Amino acid sequence: MTGTDWLVIIAAASSIAAVNWYFFMAGRTPATAVAAVAAGAGAAGAAGADGAAGAAAEVVIVVDGGYSPNTVQVKAGTKVRLVFDRRDDSSCSEEIVIPDFNIRRYLPTGQRTVVEIEPKVAGRHSFTCGMSMLRGTILVDA
Amino acid sequence: MPETTVTRIPVTGMTCAACQSRVQKTLSEQAGVSDASVNLMMGTATVSYDPSQVQPDALVEAIKATGYGAELPQPNRSAFEEQDERDRATAEEFRELKWKAIVSGTVGAVSMAVMPFMHNMMWITWVLLVVTAAVMATAGRHFYVRAWKSFTHHSADMNTLVALGTGAAFVYSVIATVAPGFFLSRGVAADVYYEAVILIIAFILTGNAFEARAKRNTATALRALVQLQPRTARVIRNLQEQDIPVELVEAGDFVVVRPGERIPVDGTIHKGESAVDESMLTGESLPVAKKLGDRVIGGTINRTGSFRLTATTLGEDSVLAQIVKLMRDAQGSRAPIQALADKISGIFVPIVISLAIATFAAWAVLATDAPFVKAFAAAVTVLIIACPCAMGLAVPTAVMVATGKGAELGVLIKGGEALQRAGDITTIVLDKTGTVTEGRPTVTDLIVTTAGSENEVLRLVATLEGLSEHPLAEAIVKSAKDRGLKMGEVEGFESVTGKGIVGIVDGAALSVGNAALMADYSIEVGPLSDDVARLSDAGRTPMYIAKDGSLAGLLAVADPIKESSRAAIQQMQGMGLDVVMLTGDTERTAQAIAREAGVGRVVAGVMPEGKVAEIRRLQGLGQVVAMVGDGINDAPALAQADIGMAIGTGTDIAAEAADVVLMRGDLRAAAHAVELSRRTMTTMKQNLFWAFIYNVVGIPIAAGVLYPAFGLLLTPVMASAAMAFSSVSVVTNSLRLRRARIAETN
Repeated sequence: MTGTDWLVIIAAASSIAAVNWYFFMAGRTPATAVAAVAAGAGAAGAAGADGAAGAAAEVVIVVDGGYSPNTVQVKAGTKVRLVFDRRDDSSCSEEIVIPDFNIRRYLPTGQRTVVEIEPKVAGRHSFTCGMSMLRGTILVDA
Repeated sequence: MPETTVTRIPVTGMTCAACQSRVQKTLSEQAGVSDASVNLMMGTATVSYDPSQVQPDALVEAIKATGYGAELPQPNRSAFEEQDERDRATAEEFRELKWKAIVSGTVGAVSMAVMPFMHNMMWITWVLLVVTAAVMATAGRHFYVRAWKSFTHHSADMNTLVALGTGAAFVYSVIATVAPGFFLSRGVAADVYYEAVILIIAFILTGNAFEARAKRNTATALRALVQLQPRTARVIRNLQEQDIPVELVEAGDFVVVRPGERIPVDGTIHKGESAVDESMLTGESLPVAKKLGDRVIGGTINRTGSFRLTATTLGEDSVLAQIVKLMRDAQGSRAPIQALADKISGIFVPIVISLAIATFAAWAVLATDAPFVKAFAAAVTVLIIACPCAMGLAVPTAVMVATGKGAELGVLIKGGEALQRAGDITTIVLDKTGTVTEGRPTVTDLIVTTAGSENEVLRLVATLEGLSEHPLAEAIVKSAKDRGLKMGEVEGFESVTGKGIVGIVDGAALSVGNAALMADYSIEVGPLSDDVARLSDAGRTPMYIAKDGSLAGLLAVADPIKESSRAAIQQMQGMGLDVVMLTGDTERTAQAIAREAGVGRVVAGVMPEGKVAEIRRLQGLGQVVAMVGDGINDAPALAQADIGMAIGTGTDIAAEAADVVLMRGDLRAAAHAVELSRRTMTTMKQNLFWAFIYNVVGIPIAAGVLYPAFGLLLTPVMASAAMAFSSVSVVTNSLRLRRARIAETN
């Protein structure tokens, strides 16, 4: 083994480590959004307590080669409107899949597509693209 | 002239006219709203607005700001629109990919042709540099843009691999062109890979184009269903026929349908009769006769007569819309078999990148001759050959095609999981009434022993039965009506529980019932007792008729088995399924029906709760059980079974308990469902096998593991051709299900 060989091996090993760190570890610091009760009821203040009943919490997720935010926090027992705003035209992101809720929807480019879910219990649910390469998480708090 | 759109928003919480006017006023004041009317009774606001100025969401917010509740009627856009939109996008994608592939392929071929002259004429290399950059910036642009976007999200997909592979090859070639000394000084030939970059892009674009077209075909069945919906309906308004958009038809409207037309909406026939072709929804190939009061389904074709119908279910509630929604949900669901592929897809690309780096290092260290050149080529080949898409497409495309094929056969399968479980069924349990049999008892035998015509006896019996609530009574009344008999007068009707009924009809003392009833009145039944035994053995329900104290005859009622049942049961047995029939009937009747239908095992005298217990017992024996029954009465049993198949009558498509809805009463549809599921499972397994094997075998070969022993090494261009082929082959394999000959096996 020459010095060059060692250099190559060390460089390769660190590149592999960097790749895995970047895609698996660094990606874990999530951009989190808390689903807010859809505007109007709260903002206008006129709705009162009963006006909010049955209102859906809403969060906009931008789809552009990935999901921003990629983690969404919601409360168990509330209806959640996930608004997917697809901005790219890659066929990779053309579908949104939320397996735990049996949802697979087509997202037209340049449009907002609303998906409604009503998680009953606390837990984690993933949402992915049609081929599960792009990923996001729905955190349901009790 | 600004464009106006009309939308109807449900409003809640309005209690008075003041509320109504407040909401109406608020809406009218919104920018872009030209007209708003609020209906207090219906709880709706109908708003005409200019979509370029205001969005429905804003209107909802405006209503909410007044203190009332409002929600957009359809948060999920209609399935019809979505499919349309998707088709447009896919067609656009295909066109674009096709042109890009043709252009880059041509350029690639020309570049390859000029390669041999490159050593003599250095300027060719420079031209190639510019041409390659141009191809990358145009035809290949989306690979790099998308790869970068994914990268910023810490994720990676197919684009990442293509971008890395071609990008690395291009950068290498540029250095070799601009500063060949960099390589030459290290004893490495300054080779360029321009033609390879162009050809890789061309091959992958070609693969993507084929994939886009094939994927479009997986939705053919759904598209066909969507297209069944006519756009207009001819309704009677103000005593005149007028064509209006189908969305504006309201429940209760009279709709005129002429021969050869598609029925625009669901309804019941109010005038006229016809034969209707329902094959597109039920798979039933013969037209179905429809007369006054019969239900017809929107989207089916009226064949022979003209009729008027009263509109019933509309829009999202219509049968067709429900079928489309159910299919769309099913196609969106995942099959458990996919779980592993999903896990791998999620980590696939970074792992391939790691493998490519390791490949580079291994070649750089181990190769004796030109190690870096070979290392570089092998690493690029690994990046290019890996195909995550084949894995991602393996199961969903099969689910898409299979659920579509099912719909064509009149079998609605509710999802990937149901599809997978239905393929594993070992025992199929059939409810008797309405499933094996017609579910409509009819009078099968009438024997008259006294003077007087058959019709007269039947007339008297039917008159009396008209007051009874027994299910068999209806059959007798119907039989009399079919013969055009007129009912008489009844005095002193009495129902003797468990025995029969008595009363005086048109002055004659009549008793109709079993031997026990006859014994109560000391009527000798001897002359007909042999007939009674014979009829009971044949699965019919006989009853004695006594008139004025002596035996007058006997009639038998039976629920005949469906014409198709016997063949269907034979088919199920031929598929290796254990067929069991459950019924609340007595052992004798049950055995008779079972014999006629060809069922080997029958469990008689089962109460509805008993059906659940029996299924549980079979499951306890390790059987995977499918239950076929009607969606309402058998709901608990359907839910208990591993696969519940509900015989749908059209309205209860969404029957919660069922995993599979059979759109026609024909039991063969149940056999088709199992057959289709089995075939689909085979397809899924083949797809997954090839997708895995392709990557598991392809990547090591690309890395050069066969080089030491056999001298076999792939080039990046060969890898790109293989990769393009692999996802296309998976989708194509799924599409073969469309042509599976399932209905023809009976």
